[in-house]
Amino acid sequence: MKQFLAFVKKEFLHIWRDRRTTIILLGMPIVQIIIFGFALTNEVKNSKIAVLDQSKDAATLSLISEMDASRYFDVEQNLHSYKEIEPAFRKGKIKLVVVFPNQFNEDLQHFNKATVQLIADASDPNVANTLTNYATAVIMDYQNRITRNQKLPYTINMETRMLYNPQLKGAYNFVPGVMAMVLLLVCTMMTAITIVREKEMGTMEIILVSPMKPQLVVFAKAIPYLLLSTINIASILLLSVFVLEVPINGSLVLLVAESILFILVSLSLGLLISSGTDSQQAAMFISLIALFLPTVMLSGFMFPIENMPLPLRTISNIVPAKWYYSIVKSVMIKGLSIKGVWKETLILFGMMLFFLTLAIKKFKIRLQ
Amino acid sequence: MRTLRFLLQKEFRQIFRDPAIIRLIFMMPVIQLMILPWAADYEMKNIKIAVTDFDHSAYSRQLISKITSSGYFQLTHYSSSFDESFHEVEKDKADLILEIPTSFEKTLVKENEAKLFIAGNAINGVKANLGSAYLRNIIQDFNRQVRLEWLQLPRFTQQTQIEVTTSNWFNPLFNYKYFMVPGILVILLTMVGSNLTAINIVKEKEIGTIEQINVTPVKKYHFILGKLIPFWVLGLFVLTLGLLISRIVYGIVPVGSFFTIYAFAAVYLLAVLGLGLLISTYASTQQQAMLISFFLMMIFILLGGLYTSIDSMPVWAQWITKFNPVSYFIEVMRMVVLKGSGFADLKNHFLIMFGFAIALNGWAVFSYRKRT
Repeated sequence: MKQFLAFVKKEFLHIWRDRRTTIILLGMPIVQIIIFGFALTNEVKNSKIAVLDQSKDAATLSLISEMDASRYFDVEQNLHSYKEIEPAFRKGKIKLVVVFPNQFNEDLQHFNKATVQLIADASDPNVANTLTNYATAVIMDYQNRITRNQKLPYTINMETRMLYNPQLKGAYNFVPGVMAMVLLLVCTMMTAITIVREKEMGTMEIILVSPMKPQLVVFAKAIPYLLLSTINIASILLLSVFVLEVPINGSLVLLVAESILFILVSLSLGLLISSGTDSQQAAMFISLIALFLPTVMLSGFMFPIENMPLPLRTISNIVPAKWYYSIVKSVMIKGLSIKGVWKETLILFGMMLFFLTLAIKKFKIRLQ
Repeated sequence: MRTLRFLLQKEFRQIFRDPAIIRLIFMMPVIQLMILPWAADYEMKNIKIAVTDFDHSAYSRQLISKITSSGYFQLTHYSSSFDESFHEVEKDKADLILEIPTSFEKTLVKENEAKLFIAGNAINGVKANLGSAYLRNIIQDFNRQVRLEWLQLPRFTQQTQIEVTTSNWFNPLFNYKYFMVPGILVILLTMVGSNLTAINIVKEKEIGTIEQINVTPVKKYHFILGKLIPFWVLGLFVLTLGLLISRIVYGIVPVGSFFTIYAFAAVYLLAVLGLGLLISTYASTQQQAMLISFFLMMIFILLGGLYTSIDSMPVWAQWITKFNPVSYFIEVMRMVVLKGSGFADLKNHFLIMFGFAIALNGWAVFSYRKRT
């Protein structure tokens, strides 16, 4: 036991004395949370639009100023002919062009009917869709105002409520994802690389001939990362509660326990990778391609899983982060208890056992 | 000149004899371009909806069948208990709940007005927002039908009406892949460029071979050029491979010219390689280099506008994107591929990218020392 502790201490010093790595490992989650929490919104706002107003009358002017006043649009450019539309789009900044025909107001007054044309840059389909929706809403508001809110008969009113996240903050979706990503990075990639590094530098030989049990040596390597990741979880949770104002609706104990379970899964994965590879580059390559990309892509936090084709949906089931992400979402935001997440917990537990047995089995104490 | 040629020969041999790098160069584009666009599909379809129907009338049935036949929604649950529907949301089996209150049909007909309740699972804000917008459109449509049933048509034209017509340019079919693939190509090029250079040089540091070079009369710029040129060539090769894949698999043919793409990529690669070089001068182990480049890459990609629009970011984040080479290339790529922008439209982008290339490489050369 004393030997083991000595080894753990050695590993700690290893990490601690490499200041750059320590700073990045501890700073990464903080930067990620800040970027995700503040900079990335899925909301569409302040989009630059251009106006082609051929009528220039009271109605069009007040419509344009209303659009400019809304938080969704900034009227950036006034066009003078149809020919200018395409160059405006090609310059890149303009996302939507609103075209008013000649005599817009007159048509509206005399024929009770006038047309507005919206031309969207659909290179980003969702932005185009959202913008045309918003623009239509602004125009409809205006129309309702000039008809003095005459109520139509047989009207269905709709009341929309947003559950869990009424302000539609991106953070609710991202915080659980960032937790999964950081834990995986710290535990799996770093553990794998440190062990392989000993192999590459030749110090593994020295350890293998020492009286310590080789398995214990490897476990000793994993422990500092376990601790580091616990610190990371703490800082992520603190930041998200106090800075991003994402609440923890469920039990904190359960959340931490599940996180430790996921850390153990990632550590065993790291051990598994390290026992199968001999060079740092290969370990990085495997961690990046086989772990990190699938985590980002298939865990469901960036891209909706249900939109994917069947093969990808099937593969997503073997990505540990998918289950962890769903647990964190359920416990932290929906406030479910263990009853709501027992299935996912069991799956993670099974994965941990599987990876750990495989890693121990594959661990070679003989040199080639 | 001769020294440079020998150095280049050495580097190319080293690259081609390392199976890990060869695999990386061939597999990265294939894996990323074959899988990512399928995964990164933000197109809203298959929105799961749970309906709580307290009414069970002809109208509620008509409305539900209208919703399911729209193609956007998938009815996953139908019951007359709100708790059950809510439970579906908790289990992630429903994104939206539509509640049809008791005697919805009767109230609508008798009192001229009735209410429906929509609740969205807003943990994923985009989906809840767009999904409920679609649902409202469908309900409004249904509303119009109901009105037509009860009212005579001519009375309607008396109402003042602004008609809105919409046209979508450049990607009229709303193919999300057209949007994502050019962006992913940029990420690919960036990862290959900066990661490989950084790790390559640091590896020489770690195994000590850089000392052997440091004691030779090889000049600083010879060494750096010798490192940059091979990866610059590789980068352009990866770009070609990526463009081929996007042509064959996704049928994406750039509207603009290939020449513009390659010209910009050539400058961009210089900047990215400079970044890799810079990382390598500040890192002493491969682990560090990988972590630093990973960290930077993450920020660059997230703030690069790959899948969230830069216009919506807060002002401070928009300022950061101005110093992010990735965001320029993503923009250029999409402009050229989808809209056919040419040199005249991209003048500023080119100038800025040249600035990046000079600044990053200059900094790297300046801080590289032929000493250990």
